[in-house]
Amino acid sequence: MADAKGGGANRKPTNEEPVALPETDDGTILFNVPFPKDLAQLKAMAPIILKQPYQIDYLHSYGQDSPFFAGLANGKLLGTACTKCGYKYATPKLHCMDCGSECDWFELPQVGAVHTFTVCHFGGEEFLKETPFVLILVEWPGVDTLFLSRLLGVDPHSPSLDWVGMKVQAKFRRLSKFKPTDVYFVPA
Amino acid sequence: MRPVYMVSGGVSKFTKARPDVTFQPMVKEAYDYALKDLGLEHPRFVEIVDGSVASYFSDHFQRQLMSGIMVQDYLGLCPKPSHRVEGGGATGGLCFQEAWKSVASGLMDVCVAYGFETMSHVNTWKGNEFIALASDVSFDYPVGGFYSGYYAMMVVRHMKEFGTTVEQMAHVSVKNHNNAFHNPYAQKRLRLTIDDVRRAPMVAWPLTRLDICVMSDGAAATILASEEGISKLEKASGKRLKPAKIIGIGRGTDAMRMADRPHRKVLLLPHERASDYRGLKYPGIHSFRAGRMASKLAYEMAGIAYPMKELDFIELHDAYTSSEIQTYEDMGLCKYGEGGRWVEEGNPFLPNLDYGLPLKKPGTLPVNPSGGLIACGHPVGATGLMQAVFALWQLQGSIKKHFGNDRLQVKGARRGAIHSHAGTGTYVTVTIMEKG
Repeated sequence: MADAKGGGANRKPTNEEPVALPETDDGTILFNVPFPKDLAQLKAMAPIILKQPYQIDYLHSYGQDSPFFAGLANGKLLGTACTKCGYKYATPKLHCMDCGSECDWFELPQVGAVHTFTVCHFGGEEFLKETPFVLILVEWPGVDTLFLSRLLGVDPHSPSLDWVGMKVQAKFRRLSKFKPTDVYFVPA
Repeated sequence: MRPVYMVSGGVSKFTKARPDVTFQPMVKEAYDYALKDLGLEHPRFVEIVDGSVASYFSDHFQRQLMSGIMVQDYLGLCPKPSHRVEGGGATGGLCFQEAWKSVASGLMDVCVAYGFETMSHVNTWKGNEFIALASDVSFDYPVGGFYSGYYAMMVVRHMKEFGTTVEQMAHVSVKNHNNAFHNPYAQKRLRLTIDDVRRAPMVAWPLTRLDICVMSDGAAATILASEEGISKLEKASGKRLKPAKIIGIGRGTDAMRMADRPHRKVLLLPHERASDYRGLKYPGIHSFRAGRMASKLAYEMAGIAYPMKELDFIELHDAYTSSEIQTYEDMGLCKYGEGGRWVEEGNPFLPNLDYGLPLKKPGTLPVNPSGGLIACGHPVGATGLMQAVFALWQLQGSIKKHFGNDRLQVKGARRGAIHSHAGTGTYVTVTIMEKG
């Protein structure tokens, strides 16, 4: 693949990486291979390796979680709360993991705190071009579970344990993509 | 339930890519090795074996559904019963326990558990994407789905909560790579320093490339039997077997989304007290409740009260140096929060090897004497079974025979544990084996 070095124009090279051309797997088109006269030699033959593209469009329903994404499109961050025991979920669950009862929606405050974080310098292919990016789990007082998001507005090259506990403010994309990344956080 | 024994095993050499074979012959390499060690050839063995369990994680990596039956037919085990087991990184551990159940229940006298993964079919970045699909695709994957990032967030919290350091994590990497130097089956056989680990390219802060296992192609096979099964195998081979008795199994689970993990009280092991953990919110994201549950159940079945004193070695799921440290605590080798110091003191190192580190208490309980996932590689469906094979060889005292040297043989090993773990601690298995 073209971006095999980990992409990201803002990724710092390190002295551990050798100076070399990037390796790509675009290969070449081959119309013939050598073949021995003596069939006994076939077991020594190198393997034939081909590239087979595989692309699928899925129809994914957010189902019972859909109001969360509608909330993001309208600048609201929604959690759920158990109607029976009051357990509060920062990432929605429509049934309580604790007592099994149904949960109702409620609006989370837009300021929370960093419970933990990391800076991703590599990632899945889909996200390579965005590296380095900062992942955080956000906590709120009185809310029992956390919320996974991205943190912007900090220097990804100077991470520090002191980021844990930092107050962070939710921001919303103006043009909603109906993904959990429609919300992200910045230092409050 | 009746007693179950592991009688034999085999492992293919784990490596980045095996383009020379498809997955079926790769499993056959491991299967044939296990049979050879029993002193049997397939036609004789197949008259005795009752069935099998297949272990592989990802239909995405395979791009072939029903791969299990393709192994079953290639090995010549049709029409005997079989089924496939899947549970992320713990697939191998679950498969081993399914084979145990088949024998313990009386359904089978001899059962084969085989597993494999072919992760080289896509590039590393696509592979990371596939693995990240084992996280909630509505809420987690789209935010930057990357398992190393998830584990990094977990250990950042461990560092904050308990003061664990990156140098302590690097000790795990030095230990496991150095152990693997003597293991011919390992993918990465390196002698490293703490500095090498910290200077390696950063993957997900604070985890560097040498804190994280690699993707692999590989296979493993294990053979489990009842006492009747052992008699049949011994009669057929004319050879006295050296089995290991499986004396305890345990499993645990936790929520897929790390965000959903509770913050409550520690699930205590028999040797711990609630007062050990005043004010600690558990498991949060710093600990693996599933690992604790699996350990608790396995120890209870095996009658283990003090794991530190009653185990001679452990092969555990060190996909990350951080998760090895977290697992010491889940398994009760030290208290929650003490894992970093426990490795720094040298407890999980082998006492007879030189790691170039000043270790105060080297080798009180060797962990991952084989080199673990970090150095051996992690072809997911094979990994948990590989641990069982290495554990059997430790208990047989046959490491020298299989590795060609005895540097990694834990002297006088009588009892060991294997531990298999799926994504961020969702499924965990622990199995205890004892010299037969």
